[in-house]
Amino acid sequence: MSENAAYDIVQAARSQSKIDSYTLINGVFSDFHELHGDRLHGDDSALIGGVGRLNGRPVTILATNKGRDMAEGQATHFGCVSPDGYRKAIRLMKQSTKFNRPIVALINTPGAYPGVEAEYGGQGEAIARSIQTGLGQPVPYLSLIFGEAGSGGALALATGDEVWILEKSTYSVVSPEGYASILWRDGKLADQAAAKMKLTPSELLAAGFVDRVLPEVTTPETLSALTTQLDLKITALAKLPVAELMAARRQRYRQF
Amino acid sequence: MPAKFNGLDKSTLAKWMDKIPSDLYVTCPYCKQSVYHQKLGPFQECPHCGYGFRLGAAARLKIVTDKFEAFDAELAVDPALVDDQYAEKLTKAKQHSGLPESVVTGMATIDSLQVAIGVMDSNFMMGSLGSATGEKLTRLFEEATRRRLPVVLYTASGGARMQEGLHSLMQMAKVTQAVTAHGEAGLCYLVVLTDPTTGGVTASFAMEADITLAEPHALIGFTGRRVIESTLHIKPPADFQRAETLLANGFVDDIVARSAQKATIVSLLKLSQGGA
Repeated sequence: MSENAAYDIVQAARSQSKIDSYTLINGVFSDFHELHGDRLHGDDSALIGGVGRLNGRPVTILATNKGRDMAEGQATHFGCVSPDGYRKAIRLMKQSTKFNRPIVALINTPGAYPGVEAEYGGQGEAIARSIQTGLGQPVPYLSLIFGEAGSGGALALATGDEVWILEKSTYSVVSPEGYASILWRDGKLADQAAAKMKLTPSELLAAGFVDRVLPEVTTPETLSALTTQLDLKITALAKLPVAELMAARRQRYRQF
Repeated sequence: MPAKFNGLDKSTLAKWMDKIPSDLYVTCPYCKQSVYHQKLGPFQECPHCGYGFRLGAAARLKIVTDKFEAFDAELAVDPALVDDQYAEKLTKAKQHSGLPESVVTGMATIDSLQVAIGVMDSNFMMGSLGSATGEKLTRLFEEATRRRLPVVLYTASGGARMQEGLHSLMQMAKVTQAVTAHGEAGLCYLVVLTDPTTGGVTASFAMEADITLAEPHALIGFTGRRVIESTLHIKPPADFQRAETLLANGFVDDIVARSAQKATIVSLLKLSQGGA
């Protein structure tokens, strides 16, 4: 991928004009109820959790949240989830199994929150358990990347039966700035790093890290089209015997 | 300068000095005290503060196990993932560590107990989690599940291996599901977190064990200090990611000095799997 093409997608993924999490949730799901808190310590607004309906079917909804303005951005650390957020996700993932609700995770995060309090709260442990819990729930689980998906903080919600991505989005082990600064000791080479990292949707699809690339979601029509695609996939996954669903999920992650 | 050196010309003195090995005294990275190297003893522990100096996998296995048989000793990264810059790094890492990858896995006997064991080696690209590292760990848990054995894992890692991109990140999920299957079979997984255990390793299998031990003063965390400093423009407290802090915050079962680990591991495994 040429430098500009890859870095253009990086910038588009981070753009202010990207759909925000609540608009996406309310555009795709009906009857959405937000459910707060991890029942252990607190409530992290960087991770929206709740229930709603996908074409009538009850589902669990998890979404990272960058916020719609500066105040919300500061509260959500611009979409960087803290341990309380991952533990809320873990709680709701487990509840999905109890009520046999499929899980839909919507991801747009630069990465987990890099803070001292987050470290004290066990950021690593929270991400590890979120990965483990997601992989282990015997209900259909779809992850959709709709902006940036950075590092373990994104993987925590990206262990679904399938991982989808909108066409102006990225998924990477580290930001291009981080890659350039770690490997080339110059964070300003982010555009060159982006070209090398294979983080664009077409490259991710070719390598098997994502299963489907979808058009950007900007209008009621495109939201409706996304709803249809999600519903078709969840319906298909829900028809599978649980043993088959789980075996396919295991195989998806075993291959890497 | 002592009197006996008076009258010596500088070049003679320099020649004498050259004959003194430079590593006779080492500085403890934790308490900063100078230690005569023989005082570190067979366990390479600081006599002042108990910090365990970083150990290679071979030295670690010698301390912990009585018998060891390696698995997948030659398994290395798929050449398709290696460009020139990464190839150069790998060559250096192999020379530096004497290993083809950042983890050694196999079957071991500790006292009379059979275990599956993995030891990460920070001398190999800072123990980073490459796809071959993840594959070896996954196979270790799978084989332990087949043979119904507990797993003992010593972690030491700077985190994901940036050169491998998402292939590295996916190892976190791959190893995790092997850990889960092993646990669901009723088998015990004991981890010993050593200096340093950070990043994607902390955010996956390092934090998924039934029993989580740590070495004194080991650095354990997710986000590196420098990343926090440069992102938030603050200076985190000195010990915010030390083993003792994780113990106080509830993320570690116990801190065990290297000299006591063998007995502790055997005892805990016997208590957990009703062992022999």
